[in-house]
Amino acid sequence: MRIVPMLVSAISTAGLIITLNTQLPVGGSKTPRLGYFLSPQKGFWQNAESANASHAGEITLSGIKSKVEVFMDERLVPHIYAENDADAYYAQGYLHAKYRLWQMEFQTHVAAGRLSEIVGPDRIDTDKYFRRMGMVYAAEKTMREASKNKDIKTAMEAYANGVNDYIKSLKPNEIPFEYKLLDYQPEEWTPFKTYLFLMFMSYDLTGRGISSDLQMTNAKNYFGYEDFDQLFTNVQDSLDPIIPKGTIYPSPAVPVTAPADVDSVYLGKTNTFNSATAPVVPDKNNGSNNWAVAGSKTKSGRPILANDPHLGLNLPSLWYEVQITTPTHSTYGASFPGSPAVIIGFNDNIAWGVTNAGRDVIDFYDMKFKDSTLEQYWYNGLWNKADIKEEVIKVKGQPDIIDRVAYTALGPVMYDASYKNDNTTGKYLAVRWTAHDGGQGLQTFYELNRAKNFDDYLNAIHKWTCPGQNFAFISKTGDVAMKQQGAFVARWKRQGDFIMPGDDTRYMWQGIIPNEENPMQKNPDRGFISSANQKSTDDTYPYYLGAAADFPLYRGIIINKRLSTMSNITPEDMQRLQTDNYNVFAEMARPALLKYLNEAALDADGKKYISILKNWNLRNDIGEKGATVFRAIWDSLETTIWKDEFEKSKRSLPWPDEPVLLEVMLRDSVYYFADNANTPDKTETLYDAVLTAVQKASAKCKALEKENQLEWGTFKDTRVSHLLKIDPLSRLHLPIGGGVHIINATTKVHGPSWRMIVHMTDEIEAYGVYPGGQSGNPGSKYYDNFVDNWAAGKYYRILFLTKEAAAKSSQIKWRITFNN
Amino acid sequence: MKFLSAVILTALLAFATGLYGVMPWWSFAITSLIVAMAVHQKAGKAFLSGFTGLFLLWSILAFLKDSANDHLLATKVAKILPLGGSYIVLIFVTGIIGGLVAGLAALTGSYLRQRSN
Repeated sequence: MRIVPMLVSAISTAGLIITLNTQLPVGGSKTPRLGYFLSPQKGFWQNAESANASHAGEITLSGIKSKVEVFMDERLVPHIYAENDADAYYAQGYLHAKYRLWQMEFQTHVAAGRLSEIVGPDRIDTDKYFRRMGMVYAAEKTMREASKNKDIKTAMEAYANGVNDYIKSLKPNEIPFEYKLLDYQPEEWTPFKTYLFLMFMSYDLTGRGISSDLQMTNAKNYFGYEDFDQLFTNVQDSLDPIIPKGTIYPSPAVPVTAPADVDSVYLGKTNTFNSATAPVVPDKNNGSNNWAVAGSKTKSGRPILANDPHLGLNLPSLWYEVQITTPTHSTYGASFPGSPAVIIGFNDNIAWGVTNAGRDVIDFYDMKFKDSTLEQYWYNGLWNKADIKEEVIKVKGQPDIIDRVAYTALGPVMYDASYKNDNTTGKYLAVRWTAHDGGQGLQTFYELNRAKNFDDYLNAIHKWTCPGQNFAFISKTGDVAMKQQGAFVARWKRQGDFIMPGDDTRYMWQGIIPNEENPMQKNPDRGFISSANQKSTDDTYPYYLGAAADFPLYRGIIINKRLSTMSNITPEDMQRLQTDNYNVFAEMARPALLKYLNEAALDADGKKYISILKNWNLRNDIGEKGATVFRAIWDSLETTIWKDEFEKSKRSLPWPDEPVLLEVMLRDSVYYFADNANTPDKTETLYDAVLTAVQKASAKCKALEKENQLEWGTFKDTRVSHLLKIDPLSRLHLPIGGGVHIINATTKVHGPSWRMIVHMTDEIEAYGVYPGGQSGNPGSKYYDNFVDNWAAGKYYRILFLTKEAAAKSSQIKWRITFNN
Repeated sequence: MKFLSAVILTALLAFATGLYGVMPWWSFAITSLIVAMAVHQKAGKAFLSGFTGLFLLWSILAFLKDSANDHLLATKVAKILPLGGSYIVLIFVTGIIGGLVAGLAALTGSYLRQRSN
């Protein structure tokens, strides 16, 4: 009888296939389906792009009206030549999908709270977080409003058609690598997804208030308002605002008045709320530099603009370079995979760049509900009916979860009985955000792509609402301008820094500041404009800008200092400035530290590291040990000063920002918080604190030196991470200097995500680089081929070509033709 | 001779099922089983010819993709899996996985043929 061995072998075969066809749990994650993943004809091997692969093609598609020609240059940047705008956006969508499909879809899944659908139950909290803050609601509202403009609607639809035609052309073995790794399939793209993506950017650039308002409330309640106001002071002695001090502002069109009982009810009130920790918090360093110099300061007599947005450094990159040329316009710059048009760039007549305004546009309101059904809330003196939105969260391998969110006149109730932590029981916190009010979405960039002069620029940016940005501008006619633009809340002092009462209409927003009153500067005498996320104005501006902690101080100081002394400027000078590693914070802090340091009390190690600190050239270049010693001492000083007081609170408290401590040290030597709260019989001073800090830091430096990690570049250890945080798909240990407070703002995981310099000569001279590559495929040599040059501070000369020139250029490698 | 033709047939049919990436990755298990029924060999030899057919097919296909790619992706995947970042080990593992499935399927086929005789 051979039936037994036959059965055994048949069952083994089936068992092996089933095992290899299942995602197996390993550690915290899951393997791909190994049989599928390793199959050379279906799995990941198909994504191993040949080093000499052609990127040319002849594609016939029904979605376009006329022929579109695309010239791919040697860096894989497409130069799109179309006979009408819709066809150009169609091609842009197709190319974004061809090179970045997985990333486009993944980012919009994050924004829509749909991660659990791909990766499983671990991300349910993250999904709830994004849904409950109203991301989907806001994207829907913006889409409804923006679609009223026919041009925008057409652009979005053409773009989506391009993406979808690419998805339809994909054979199952051709889907991007990450789909195979995580085992799911691409779905249809819609214009709505573009709005979701734009909401994600709004969140990334304004969403810090979601956690900081709660933490600030904790800190105020813990320390009491008076101490709080010292620790988290809004006074910045060394501020050099975007619009120079001394500018005269007209009286406000929206007169804001604080409620009469604000001191007792709002600032003094101790409520028992304790914040939940957000699963995803936008990086505090999300900021940027932009500046422009007028012809009076340049060698050529023409203006130059520079911009480097600082964001999380990821692969595939957030940015994708593109040239779009149609009969209506010709533009080049960095685009978002997921959205039509160019976001930061230039055209034949103008160039523009953006930095984050950092203004507070998110507030929390403490709501009163009649009962736990969340159907009625107390507002304006009566019970109001809430809209209940049911969020259906799909979870991979598990049944759906239904999450009920109540929407009030003050926004969605983000925290309630079903989404809380141990200490939020009984609280209903509604989140009010300007992004919930809709807006015109992409219209600003659509118009900037086509703008010809200052008036066009102003008209374009006046349609921008959220996230608020500092728009830098230059034109061929020689204009230079900067305007902070967005829908900014007209606030009274400290309004919205803490949770506000939700049943008292006097605490509501009293208006949005009219565009005309947003800070602006055009063709200033000093010959330059700049912004680096600092406060836009001094205190004479008639509205409250938000807590000082939202505005980094030091990059603005050093940029303005440098620009004011420069003349005969060339684009190369601007490159050097953009990649400058000079540490102006240390320039101010080092003498303050040394002033309080009793060197005689140090041991040999301590003396050695202080000598390194003293001899340091104040540059955070990769080889500088002094930069690491300074950082170690400063961090250790902050720990010495704050930790004792702050850790006594059981609640999550933010530490004061670096300028707070430095400005105290520069001002006087008596500081209450220098006293160690854990030594009741002794009163420590700043002198004691600095000595303790240096002693602790020198022990740390010694340990670092042993590991060969005292040099700044090794210590900082910059990386560009894959969006899934998978190390082998990331670039690690990059040799690049810079850091916080430095113009080259590259920290460990964050920094200049796109560097661009545009010189408005007759034929535009432009340079750009970003830490990534045009292809999102980890199996392509174009995946990360810009990273090394980016780290080295090098730029690519941008090709901005007419169609005739492109046809002849030796730097054009491939041609893609779309036929209708 | 039988062995060689079984190996070649197994590989060829497996290659055909993989074209256009439409059929499930394990379709070659069925063709390998059919080959083992058609080209009758003893159980051990049937396993070996199935294994060899797919081992060769998959490792050669992987090798070709990998060489053209300058080992870029295989090196990354060999770190994720983790196989110490060695593309050679990854090609080898790929071959073995295909080989094992085909070998077991062929073994089953050989027993089936013996039963139906």
